[in-house]
Amino acid sequence: MNRRDFIRYMGIAGGSAIVIPIGLSGCAVAPVGKPSAATSSSGNAPLAYGTPKQRAHANGDGTPRMVVVFLRGAVDGLNVVVPHGDREYYQARSSIAVARPGQNNGAIDLTGYFGLHPSLRPLMPYWESGQLAFVHASGSPDGSRSHFEAQDYMETGTPGQHNTRDGWMNRLQGQLPRSDSPVQALTLGESTPRILSGRQVVANMPTGRDAARQTLIDQPKVNQAYGAMYADNDALGKAYRDGIAARKELMAEMSSNEQRMANNGAPLPNGLSIDTARLGRLMRGDPKIRLGFLAVGGWDTHANQGNGAGQLANRLAPLATGLATLAQELGPAFNDTVIVVVSEFGRTFRENGNGGTDHGHGNVMWLLGGNVRGHTIYGQWPGLNKAELNEGRDLAITTDFRAVMSTLAEKHMRIPDSAMQQIFPQYTTGMQHVSNILV
Amino acid sequence: MHTPLRHGLTGLLALCLCGAASAQALTSQEKALHVLNRLAYGPRPGDVAAVERMGVQRYIDAQLDPDHIPFPADLQARLDGLPTYNLSAPQLYIQYGPPSFPANTATPEEKNAARQRAAKEITPASHLARLWMATESPRQLQEVMTEFWFNHFNVFEGKEWVRYWNADYEKNAIRPNALGNFRQLLGAVAHHPAMLYYLDNWLSSGTNTPQAKGRFKGLNENYARELMELHTLGVNGGYSQADVISLARILSGWTIAVREMKDDTDDATFIFRPGRHDTGDKQFLGRVIPRGGQQEGEVALDMLARHPATARFISTKLVQYFVSDQPDPELVNQLSQRFLATNGDIKSVLRVLFDSPQFWARKNYQTQFKTPYQYVISSLRATATPVVNDKPVSGVLNQFGMPLYGWLTPEGYKYSEEAWLNPDALLRRINFVNGLSNGKSPIARPEGTQPSPDAAAVDPVQLIQTLSPMLSQNDVTTISSSPANLQVGLILGSPAFMKR
Repeated sequence: MNRRDFIRYMGIAGGSAIVIPIGLSGCAVAPVGKPSAATSSSGNAPLAYGTPKQRAHANGDGTPRMVVVFLRGAVDGLNVVVPHGDREYYQARSSIAVARPGQNNGAIDLTGYFGLHPSLRPLMPYWESGQLAFVHASGSPDGSRSHFEAQDYMETGTPGQHNTRDGWMNRLQGQLPRSDSPVQALTLGESTPRILSGRQVVANMPTGRDAARQTLIDQPKVNQAYGAMYADNDALGKAYRDGIAARKELMAEMSSNEQRMANNGAPLPNGLSIDTARLGRLMRGDPKIRLGFLAVGGWDTHANQGNGAGQLANRLAPLATGLATLAQELGPAFNDTVIVVVSEFGRTFRENGNGGTDHGHGNVMWLLGGNVRGHTIYGQWPGLNKAELNEGRDLAITTDFRAVMSTLAEKHMRIPDSAMQQIFPQYTTGMQHVSNILV
Repeated sequence: MHTPLRHGLTGLLALCLCGAASAQALTSQEKALHVLNRLAYGPRPGDVAAVERMGVQRYIDAQLDPDHIPFPADLQARLDGLPTYNLSAPQLYIQYGPPSFPANTATPEEKNAARQRAAKEITPASHLARLWMATESPRQLQEVMTEFWFNHFNVFEGKEWVRYWNADYEKNAIRPNALGNFRQLLGAVAHHPAMLYYLDNWLSSGTNTPQAKGRFKGLNENYARELMELHTLGVNGGYSQADVISLARILSGWTIAVREMKDDTDDATFIFRPGRHDTGDKQFLGRVIPRGGQQEGEVALDMLARHPATARFISTKLVQYFVSDQPDPELVNQLSQRFLATNGDIKSVLRVLFDSPQFWARKNYQTQFKTPYQYVISSLRATATPVVNDKPVSGVLNQFGMPLYGWLTPEGYKYSEEAWLNPDALLRRINFVNGLSNGKSPIARPEGTQPSPDAAAVDPVQLIQTLSPMLSQNDVTTISSSPANLQVGLILGSPAFMKR
């Protein structure tokens, strides 16, 4: 926590906060009365956020990297990190609640109050080692319940502002040390998402099993012929040569990696993991790749959502494997990487008439990385009483997603404090609740 | 190696005495290519010669008067055959909107199926109609201006109900006014359910008005703000937050006739609901607005359409679209003055533009980097590839970051090189056009069918002729020394064809 944010935070928390020193470099601010909010008369388990694992900073190659995973369609955060200690949760979700730990398809207990959806078991080793954390009741302060609008706000980093054209990751990229690499930022799939749109050059990583297969433009005879036409030193010529260079670099890296895997006799993983394995290996092998982005869809569970098993469970399982694969394949670079999982908004607290949930507000953000100060839930739990819900129906938001992203930008990606206003203009609340998320 | 191009090369080089002298006036052939690139979506086979024969001035005059250009009967017949394209806005709502949804007791699968019908039936028809018009309509400037105004008054087909109506919006609010009067265009947009829905004005009610309840309970500023920021005055057009609120109050009660549509599908889709209109006093842009119900909104639209800031904002966008990413302030001035003098007669404003020396300057010839849409449409036209299946075209526009009717925020797409030129985009374009060369493109055949065995490949010699005088001598030399099966891809993937 830098001095400015510390003071800013104290200013907000006023006299109702105490400062608890944690570890060597950090301190946590715990508002007085936070734990007592849960020990109400309702028979709930006491609210508990878990205790961060005490450990030293783990060294990688020293080049910070960041991967954003966007769950498009609004994942149901209350069934991802489950408040199993709250009776109202079970009352509001009679058919879709994830059962208490120890029951059939029950949550995996994390803190005594919060638990993890059982489909996310592949991530538990990272929780145990203190490399996985969550920020609950987080999200975008704008009240929109429109997928497209809310995604847009989260990607431009300017909630409520319609007309921001570029994305905050592109602006962040613009603040990184200058690089001549055409693959400083990499997005999976064919189109460039709003979050990475802007002035900085972004490379697209092909996806799927055939991604490493050569296309027409990869044939030397073909790209030489085009090269002759694009020989001029104008904007088109430069763009063409950058494109070919990026493609060559990615293709070479991918085919040698895939070759190596084949030699080891390891089978290619399935689905999302094919792509995250490739992304992990690319980022591990090429420290010039600083930013990664991928989007995963299918979370708009208005009907038949299921509980510990069912539709949502079936989508969370490959996501967990995909993320664990990414972490593994990053190898030593896992220590240089923070993976953030976000979604545009959460879903309604109560289940609807179709065994699903509708568009809500607050959600949970996931943080995974070698130097994430994990084994704890960050943020401030607002509670699930009707009065505590947003508009009487959704989890409230107590941590702005930009607080998390600013912290990562400043403390992990080492963007100077003075440049933060360019990445998140109009955002002034700093690292509230999350200044301490890194080891 | 004998390549098709080598045979025709001697003749082609003669066609391609391409502009070495930068200050010289455009040749008559260059002028023909220039108007086809700017007033149309690029040349089809034979177009450059035809325009040269008729003279560019006569071509421009004809394009400014689209109703007198005969519309091809075959194209009309295909449009008439699109099942949803000729339904009225109320019919679309009733047949595809909430009135068509099954009862609450239906299974989730049935409910989902009902909700997805619009995307399965209306969307392909609206995409096909747009793509046919853009590639085939002889009224090319009308199509260019239809795209321009749709983008200026953008709506996003993915926002729930907009999908029912975006084709109707284009067909009945935008296209008929694309070369008409700006105030009428603005009014047609303001009353159309696609815009009322997209920017939420249909939900907006004056605070504490009798019928302000449920989802209609409060004032919504969304449309009022964008109406000034994006549709008329521009962001620095001299209005305040107080004006935004005033305009939202003025427009409160302007809504979609949801109930009326259900009763009588011939009725209009727009309705003014006095019970949701804020009847208080209003100051707007320094003027007191007399109390007058719906008329207040019409007065506000009049004020906005006549405002000098609007004239300047629209003129700037037109110069950027037709001349250069860096608009010449003098030309913008001239257009603004004509805009104000003619009360927003779009045709007159465009005439000033097409008569200007800036439009014809060599420094503005073949210099604008095509948007993905311009690139795709112009390559379909140049190769005379018929659009039989819209899906591969929509797919490639998605990939290129410019999905048709798919820009989600109201400011629309940018038309600048800065917005579209990047390394990945060039390689994608190159991969795309190589798929057009052998005549077997999935675009040109019904979904799920095999290419016809006698599908003819595009002839590179003819393609160079079609585009002449676009390519440089260096390009032609490179192309002709390459393998035959790459030549079409090289022509369409050349730096010259990336520009217009």
